[in-house]
Amino acid sequence: MKKQKTKLAGLQKRKAISGYLFISPFIIGFLAFMISPLFQSLYMSFSDVQLGAGEFKTVWKGLANYNYAFQVDANFVRLLTEELSRMATNSLAIMVFSFFVALVLNQKFKGRALVRSVFFLPVILASGVMLKLDSDNALMAAVAQTVEMNAQGTTGISDALQEILRTTGVGVRAFEKLFEIIDNIYDVAISSGIQIIIFLSGLQTISTSMYEAADIEGCTKWESLWKITFPMVSSLFLVNWIYTVVDFCMRSDNEVIEKITTYMNVNLNYGLASAMSWTYFVLVMAIIGVSSFIISKGVYYYE
Amino acid sequence: MSKVKTGKYTNFWERNRKSGGYLLRRTVMGYGVSICRAILLFGLCFLILQPLLNKISVSFMTEGDLYDPIVISIPLHFTTENYRLAAGLMEYGKSLFNSLVIALTISIVQVSMCTLVGYGFARFKFPLKRFWFACVMVMILIPPQVISTSLHLHFRYFDVLGIIEMVTGAPINLRGSVLPYYMMSFGCMGLKNGLYIYMIRQFFRNIPKEMEEAAYVDGCGTLKTFVSIMLPDAKPILTSCFLFSFVWQWTDGFYSSMFLGQVSLLSIKLKQLPDTFGGYMARITGSASSAGVSVPYTNCMLATGTLMVIVPLIVLYLYAQKGFVESLSSTGIKM
Repeated sequence: MKKQKTKLAGLQKRKAISGYLFISPFIIGFLAFMISPLFQSLYMSFSDVQLGAGEFKTVWKGLANYNYAFQVDANFVRLLTEELSRMATNSLAIMVFSFFVALVLNQKFKGRALVRSVFFLPVILASGVMLKLDSDNALMAAVAQTVEMNAQGTTGISDALQEILRTTGVGVRAFEKLFEIIDNIYDVAISSGIQIIIFLSGLQTISTSMYEAADIEGCTKWESLWKITFPMVSSLFLVNWIYTVVDFCMRSDNEVIEKITTYMNVNLNYGLASAMSWTYFVLVMAIIGVSSFIISKGVYYYE
Repeated sequence: MSKVKTGKYTNFWERNRKSGGYLLRRTVMGYGVSICRAILLFGLCFLILQPLLNKISVSFMTEGDLYDPIVISIPLHFTTENYRLAAGLMEYGKSLFNSLVIALTISIVQVSMCTLVGYGFARFKFPLKRFWFACVMVMILIPPQVISTSLHLHFRYFDVLGIIEMVTGAPINLRGSVLPYYMMSFGCMGLKNGLYIYMIRQFFRNIPKEMEEAAYVDGCGTLKTFVSIMLPDAKPILTSCFLFSFVWQWTDGFYSSMFLGQVSLLSIKLKQLPDTFGGYMARITGSASSAGVSVPYTNCMLATGTLMVIVPLIVLYLYAQKGFVESLSSTGIKM
């Protein structure tokens, strides 16, 4: 009996060792290329980095970099607040949009495969550098549109609607944000490919018998959306929210990141660049932390 | 619904009358919903496809067509000159080859490493497992931009525990070589690798344990079980990870410009295209600066260049569409 137990322990030990062997690339990579650079950049953000031949020196100078970023640099604070608010509104819009589209795409209709592949196309085409180039182009298009509108003296139907809603005078600021999102609907649509797929995969796991039961009990479609569909995929809201926010930080048209890269590559001011990126990182982490805490309160786990 | 046997009331109107108007209401509602959905989806699809179609039509226009108010989407003077020019400016052949080689090798390395790690997380019990998996989550959350400053210096003055300095006298400069990125890929630290690890782990967790146990009982070692039992099953998720990795690497600007700046890649060339084009036009017209180049023509050039970069991806997507979409949705991502 005793022998068997030690043998089991031996097997467990062997399994543990092979488990560690399997994940060892990750551990090495994580320590070498994530943790050590992370702490180094934290240290660099508090110091002055001087590049020399063969080595680089860091001189401790306390909060000077942070002071510079917040009080001297003209654009940093403005860009930071702008990007963070854009992130919040866009991410919310992406969540709503992708949930809605997933609901529609989950129904059965002709040409569904085609529509799905169209919605997924931006994941491939609007990634990396393409996004940045596209947003530059969108600017061009907007300019062209304004010129055209001024020339002809007519307004589009959306402008007329906006005018009507503005003149009601109720919640004008909220409406302004909404208009902004609607104007950027292309931006929202092209960045919600993965989220749509994730929601779809969640929707497909809900058994149809639930809906049938609700139907027989006299639930309308609207009620069963809120009572069945929403709770069942609520855990995916958390996943998607985190993915969306993180994805937004890594997008190439992010102006804060652009500024940091400029400081690093053009001015060679590594200390300041680190300070800025840490500020951004900590703020984003705080937002993710607080918002996922709030969302996770409302998540319902069905098991 | 209409397939259901309805006894003697086979006529639609008769059935409608019997059901008190319910059937008619339902049918009309059904058609209404379909029509609304069709309009909505058409609009959204158009929204997504329009920039692409626009780029295609613009890329075939001559410069004169761009200023012509009559020409909107169908070029008046059909030309392929833009493609020739863009190909020349981007050194298309060379960049295409480089991009292909880099994206292929990098994604193979990344996916195979992530498979190992994902399998390790899914199938083995070992101390601190939760901690290490939390590290994967942290890795997904940390934007690479945060550590980019120190990674720069890390590879500018590269050294492993001071060994290289001891041998050659100075740390080596790896900036501008491709080696750092391969090293990072071997350590699962490439672009979005945390996501791949997560997806692969999720997939392996869903495979029944009995398969593995049977292999162990039959005397298979850990590695052999992994290679000959688990890997063939994991083909769909591996393909989809590979495709993602390939595509994102292809269009990536961040890691590429950070580590692969010297290699001429399509993504970098595309980013520089407006500048290159400006320089080219300045040389042709003999003016000192590139400020005089027309904005529409630059944009037209950019559209052409973008098309040339994404055509391989579109072909890949059409060919392997199932690999992208279906396998991702079948993994059943859960928190």
